Amino acid sequence: MKKGMSERILRVALPALLLVIVVAAWDAVVRLFAIPAYVLPSPGLVFGALVEDRALLFDSLLVTLGLTFEGFFLAAIGGIVLAMAFNQWRLVEYSFYPYAVILQVTPVVAIAPLLLIYLPQHLAVLACAWIVAFFPVLANTTLGLNSVDHNLVALFDLYKASRWQVLTRLKLPAALPQILTGLRIAGGLSLIGAVVAEIAAGSAGAGSGLAYRIAESGYRLNIPRMFAALLLLSLAGVAIFLVLSALSHLVLRRWHESELRAEN
Amino acid sequence: MEPATSNSIVSLRDVGKTFDSGVVALAGLSLDVHAGEFVSLLGPSGCGKSTALRIVAGLSAPTRGAIEWPQGRAAKSATGEIGFVFQEPTLMPWASVARNVELPLSLAGTGSGKARDAVATALAHVGLEDFAAAFPRELSGGMKMRVSIARALVTEPRLLLMDEPFAALDEITRFKLNNDLLSLWQALRRTVIFVTHSVFESVYLSQRIVVMTPRPGRVFAEISIPAPYPRDERFRTSADYAGYCRQVAETLAAAMEQGA
Repeated sequence: MKKGMSERILRVALPALLLVIVVAAWDAVVRLFAIPAYVLPSPGLVFGALVEDRALLFDSLLVTLGLTFEGFFLAAIGGIVLAMAFNQWRLVEYSFYPYAVILQVTPVVAIAPLLLIYLPQHLAVLACAWIVAFFPVLANTTLGLNSVDHNLVALFDLYKASRWQVLTRLKLPAALPQILTGLRIAGGLSLIGAVVAEIAAGSAGAGSGLAYRIAESGYRLNIPRMFAALLLLSLAGVAIFLVLSALSHLVLRRWHESELRAEN
Repeated sequence: MEPATSNSIVSLRDVGKTFDSGVVALAGLSLDVHAGEFVSLLGPSGCGKSTALRIVAGLSAPTRGAIEWPQGRAAKSATGEIGFVFQEPTLMPWASVARNVELPLSLAGTGSGKARDAVATALAHVGLEDFAAAFPRELSGGMKMRVSIARALVTEPRLLLMDEPFAALDEITRFKLNNDLLSLWQALRRTVIFVTHSVFESVYLSQRIVVMTPRPGRVFAEISIPAPYPRDERFRTSADYAGYCRQVAETLAAAMEQGA
């Protein structure tokens, strides 16, 4: 009990301490070498930009988060539905799986400019977010659906369960831990996909997301705002991860081994 | 071949099973199981006794021979006439004890009120009334196995198939579950086919023991254990019990020799 408490304090205190040290060192270096703000702004300047440009930056944050969420949502639905189709019809799996892999291994940075030619910007960004995020959902869900306890399958067989019952009452619940793992990975990736597409679009068209702000601030040598936008993007990524981890914990805490504390 | 006697619930006629890999699991198993009987299939691992049980359950098709149901076919026509208990508890970890036990009924679309009563009755049979809301991981190994037995009983099957259900449990828990299973069997009068590799367990539980040869599996001998029920711990330490165990162990040794 006591050991657990001090362990938990350490896990929070050590990273916080490191943060303070790094920020202090950053500030000291900027002052000591008199580095101009257009090369490396001090932490204070970055914070100032964050406060001063808050209306602009938060609007951009909402745009990026909105796109990320839409991409993530479509990737989750697409990945899970496609995995269910793979599981039910082998021919579908044989036909589509290679292309899912190809879509995954082709760098999204290289696809984004092409998508921007053929699709309206909003759709192109969405497509990028979807392309990078759907594969982990597909792969993990497929793995989960295929790794059901074979005795439970036999039991459902014994009681003449229909294919639909086997899928919904056995395979999907059994695959939940893997599905949630896939979603957790997809959350971070859909943010990356959205940012990549925004950056690619940044030089081409009008945008208003956070990544576009970074590109724009770069052209204007407004480096403090670049850092502020970057900070917001990181925080958004962390928030997505925490929300999805919490969801996973809520769903699995009653039954799954990964949630089992060493209590006995 | 003589027809199945009228009080047989299931008859295996020269049932064989060769897997796609070419492994012969069963080479001509003939067996009559009578209604209300407690019969054990005893043999070393790899003698095809689990395969035989899966064939009776309809989970696996024989590659030769036939299965007859003199009192009406149970396996294919109606669900719930056969209960199956696996080596592992085989519970759904995401569902509560009650939901696990209810599974056979909910798959068959039984109304929830009726199902609730049946679940309560089945849980009472195995002494787990107070654990309906618990999740499998909160239970001990023995309790999980009780849930598994309750699930097999919830449809009130005529035939209960048990595939080494207590093999993974410690001896104290196994003895307790042996006694509880016997009480249940006497109270409910179901037919039980019990697969085991334990001489002692088969003698303690069964009216009749079918000793099988290893690889490929066939019936080597049938031994009846005429000791009266109820059997309890006194039987376990009696001279009769020791005598039956010696007889069964010697038969098993002879079966192994023939198979080797």
